[in-house]
Amino acid sequence: MKLNGAELTIKLLERQGIKKIIGIPGGASLPLYDALYESNIEHILSRHEQGAAFMAQGISRATGKAAVCFATSGPGATNLITAIADAKLDSIPVIAITGQVSYSLIGTDAFQEVDAYGLTIPITKHNFLVRSIKELLYVIPEAFKIAQEGRPGPVLIDIPKNIQLAEIEIDVWPEIGAPLESINNLDLDYIKEISQVINSAKKPILYIGGGIISGNATNALKEFAEKNSIPVAATLMGLGAFPAKHPLYLSMVGMHGARYTNYLMNECDVLLAFGVRFDDRATGDMTKFCPNARIVHIDIDNSEINKIKTANLSISGNIKDVLASLTKYIDENPRTDWINHLNKTKEEHPFILPPEEDILHPINIIRYIASIVSEDTIIATDVGQHQMWVAQAYPFNKDRLLLTSGGLGTMGFGLPSAIGAAMAYPEKTVICFSGDGSILMNIQELATLADLKLNVKTIILNNKHLGLVRQQQELFYRKHYIASKFITNPDFATISNGFGVKGIDLSKEENPMAVLKDELLKPGPALINIPIKEDENVYPMVPPGKSNIEMIGGENNGK
Amino acid sequence: MENKDLTLVELVVKNHPGAMSHITGLFARRAFNLEGILCGSIGDGTRSKIYLLVRNDDLKEQIVKQLEKLYDVLSVTLHDDFNIRIFQNLDELIKQP
Repeated sequence: MKLNGAELTIKLLERQGIKKIIGIPGGASLPLYDALYESNIEHILSRHEQGAAFMAQGISRATGKAAVCFATSGPGATNLITAIADAKLDSIPVIAITGQVSYSLIGTDAFQEVDAYGLTIPITKHNFLVRSIKELLYVIPEAFKIAQEGRPGPVLIDIPKNIQLAEIEIDVWPEIGAPLESINNLDLDYIKEISQVINSAKKPILYIGGGIISGNATNALKEFAEKNSIPVAATLMGLGAFPAKHPLYLSMVGMHGARYTNYLMNECDVLLAFGVRFDDRATGDMTKFCPNARIVHIDIDNSEINKIKTANLSISGNIKDVLASLTKYIDENPRTDWINHLNKTKEEHPFILPPEEDILHPINIIRYIASIVSEDTIIATDVGQHQMWVAQAYPFNKDRLLLTSGGLGTMGFGLPSAIGAAMAYPEKTVICFSGDGSILMNIQELATLADLKLNVKTIILNNKHLGLVRQQQELFYRKHYIASKFITNPDFATISNGFGVKGIDLSKEENPMAVLKDELLKPGPALINIPIKEDENVYPMVPPGKSNIEMIGGENNGK
Repeated sequence: MENKDLTLVELVVKNHPGAMSHITGLFARRAFNLEGILCGSIGDGTRSKIYLLVRNDDLKEQIVKQLEKLYDVLSVTLHDDFNIRIFQNLDELIKQP
């Protein structure tokens, strides 16, 4: 079969099982689009390349499988960069394919030429600049393998236009690129040694993160934690990896974690750091994090071991296998004393909920929404106060239900990633919690949403500020408010209606909660603007650089 | 020759134009110090050997682990016993008239 490079690329993507590609075409990627014309892959035209890459992330985060986005050379490629960096920091398998100027023009500062390969070296797991049509046969499947194997991550493939147009005779197709099954060659003596440390611990705590989710280890974690009665604290990326309603669950740790969680972690004698990377937002001042604990660190990425915190015991490996193996050797133990202490600490230092009658308090809105929608509803967030309120107050009982930009903290993440998740699960409702700052960073994707008519409900918790910036200025910069209050505030409901997505402003509704409920239970897209108090803060808060037990606010008596 | 302050990292890498960018980019991005580089292709030219001179400090473990993660890096070996004169006398590379 004779194919050109573009046709070959599309065929290889079809063979990888790709059903949808999100992107924006341009001069250097037109051959790829011409090949898509003949393909059964559905192309979704986003309105900005960053939106395309976040939609691919949405598919990937919701399904766990690699997803693909396309962009042209130059500005197309540079517009992808934020979303690729975001995927890198949260270990999300995304494959970005960019058109490049013809190879003979590379280095000449040709029209829309940019060094996409050079630009993406530090923000991809790996990247390729394809130098011959034959390389495609290797590079495309290999990209899927790299993106999904071990610790997942984004891969960029830059394909010059002349290679898209070059022709090749294909007789034999390459193997489909897939991650190698991790080989379970755990050192049993070492597993027993770790089990012994756990068995003899008086106050063990599991500190778990996104690695549990990407390692498909949620069930293994539950069995492990239940057998030995080990309380579980999650990072932002780990939310949903352990059921929020479980009696052993300690909620989120760190900068905006609950008081009892941070206090209990401070007390623990053995810290089981599983699928985590000791991010500063989770640990606070590292020198004072879990000061009395022996550290057992398990991560698929060997470079995370001893990167931030030296571990007493560590395994670089597949967390699911390690958990299954450890579960065999740990004792069944009700840990009555530790659990009683936990419950007492929880009672003394609970997560403080706002008064019920304050119905437009963001936490009450979030909990109200959680009470209406089904338990398998996917929640995407943008970045800021609303994100932290969702992390604190929304009960995630299953994995892959929270899509949030954890590592990079990218405003603009929410709407396109919610659309991506809805593409993967069109029958589900996807709620995007956003703020009046974040939503404007990718609001153009409302047009894509209007095209697709998916069940994406965007909730704007509108405080007319960059709220988390305003909060830090209030608390740590002597109330010197600068560049955190918006001078004008757009009418988001009208804007949304203008895009063809039903817009609602709850400030104009007599019975806002009933309208909200009604809208959430209807199919189809909607945007709901909810005015909230301008100076509401997220509490508790660990001041930057302080230890996790030096929290401000969120106390039992008082704010 | 023993050199206590410095250590030599020997890499075998896939020989293509981007491999060196990946390696030097890693050092810049992760704030690792790089005191010297020697590089050349080996065998049939599909692979290169790169020697990196780095400080013998606490970062060494991270440097090795991060290098091992690079797709183009095929092997990483540490050497404490090496001839540092090669790095100190690079001027000898050019024949004096």
